[in-house]
Amino acid sequence: MGEYILEDPIVKVTNVSLKYGNQTILENIDLNIEKGEFLGLVGPNGSGKSTLIKTLLGLITPNQGDIELFNKPLNKFRQWERIGFVSQKANTINTGFPATVYEVVSMGLYSKVGLLRFLNRKHKRKIDETLESVGMLEYKNRNIGELSGGQQQRVFVARALVSEPDILILDEPTVGVDTSSVQQFYQLLTKLNQEKHITLLLVTHDVGVMTSYVSNVACLNKTLHFHGTSKDFQESDLSSLYGHDVQVITHDHEHGGRH
Amino acid sequence: MMNEFFTYEFLQNAFFTGIMIGFLAPILGVFIVVRRLALITDALSHVTLTGIAFHLLLAQTFTFMQLMSPLYMGMTFAVAGSLLMEKLRNVYTAFKELAIPIILSIGIGLGVVFISLADGFNNDLFNYLFGSIITVTREDLSVISIVTVVVTGLLILFYKELLFLSFDEEQASVSGIPGKWINILFIIMTALVIASSMRIVGILLVSSLMTLPAASAIQLSKSFKQMFLYSIIIGEFSVITGIISAFYLDISPGGVIVLVALSILLIILGCKKIHVGTSRKKMSYTDNNT
Repeated sequence: MGEYILEDPIVKVTNVSLKYGNQTILENIDLNIEKGEFLGLVGPNGSGKSTLIKTLLGLITPNQGDIELFNKPLNKFRQWERIGFVSQKANTINTGFPATVYEVVSMGLYSKVGLLRFLNRKHKRKIDETLESVGMLEYKNRNIGELSGGQQQRVFVARALVSEPDILILDEPTVGVDTSSVQQFYQLLTKLNQEKHITLLLVTHDVGVMTSYVSNVACLNKTLHFHGTSKDFQESDLSSLYGHDVQVITHDHEHGGRH
Repeated sequence: MMNEFFTYEFLQNAFFTGIMIGFLAPILGVFIVVRRLALITDALSHVTLTGIAFHLLLAQTFTFMQLMSPLYMGMTFAVAGSLLMEKLRNVYTAFKELAIPIILSIGIGLGVVFISLADGFNNDLFNYLFGSIITVTREDLSVISIVTVVVTGLLILFYKELLFLSFDEEQASVSGIPGKWINILFIIMTALVIASSMRIVGILLVSSLMTLPAASAIQLSKSFKQMFLYSIIIGEFSVITGIISAFYLDISPGGVIVLVALSILLIILGCKKIHVGTSRKKMSYTDNNT
């Protein structure tokens, strides 16, 4: 099991294009995600990042191209518990919803447990362990709305992790999270990637902090402009992609630029 | 009331039906409120009225129908209306809430026409609109018991899926939960419970029994499970108070049930306000001292 270099990619995107009316959102995207990789998918607002993620998850059907997850065509793929997803929307959930941290994390197991079945003691232990691994066990019985943005995001990561997925997809997970928590959050992701060997796909428009944590970077702006190691990315010329919108910021600087 | 309770069958029917709907309506109400679908109950209750009116109209021509309970036709219409609503929500994907006024209009429009044709603007109609404790039959009681058992069973079986769909529909479908089918199942259950509640609470007030207890409970609850508990307690208390006062004061139970539920909500909101006010004062007091 330790040998994963020769295995097929977990996600295989071949020549995918998507249009809304006359507007091209994605054009001829080819992207493979290998097992064990920590891939940062970057691009300016409106570059199609979230759309690409939704396409991968089968929420949107592309006009052209093929997507394979774990060697299965998307329309035949059923093992959704192998994919953990933390959406952008997680930051804007209805905080008035009366659910405890425990209840929220347990949702991540529902699909694995299956219809007409109930959570057993083993599942409950798994929920506790996962909360422990993201450092949120002491908040188990707290209402989700009482937590800070950073803490909520950890809970949503725990929900995505609890079904023991092979890959975790995070769509702009640090929006609405304060700067100090962002650092901790990336450290958590690094730990998951290195210690638990979870493949990570992190989508963000915040290039600065991310590049020092991920192993590989893919740049998207309708088409894929760059796909390589994080080091090559930092040395490359970003301005062609970002224009004057984004300053390159190294991770030891605070940044305040949010639109 | 004890003596009367054992003497009059109608009172037993009303009481047991009340206990069941005081349990069912608030439970479904919890899901409805957190999913921001409160107005759906109004639309479906009016469609139930259409069904009742249709029954009354048919009963004029087909005399055998006079012996049947109009509950069946009410349920049939409510379920059909709920399926149509689910269909409409998928037609107007960007304006899902539009399905509610459309169904509501169909319900009232058709209902009024049927009632006029049946020449039914009378005391009977009044009972359907605002509830009554004397019109519940043994047959109604049996049907509502079956609905209670079936709906409670389905809610237990699909609890986790319903919770996930209510909390985050997109995430739920990504994780592989068959959202479409569970939503349809849920709206059918809602239709059945609305039609069952109509006898006691009345068509115009059914939605209140579903939403008011949940609205109070959401103020008190930290967890989703707690919200059920509080909703059921408030729902049962309101219904039982409503039935007892309807018996002694000879008024429609629906009105009292809603007023009791509303009073509880106001008391909770009031207490919360005072509580927040005092804790703020305390905070500013300590601020000044540090």
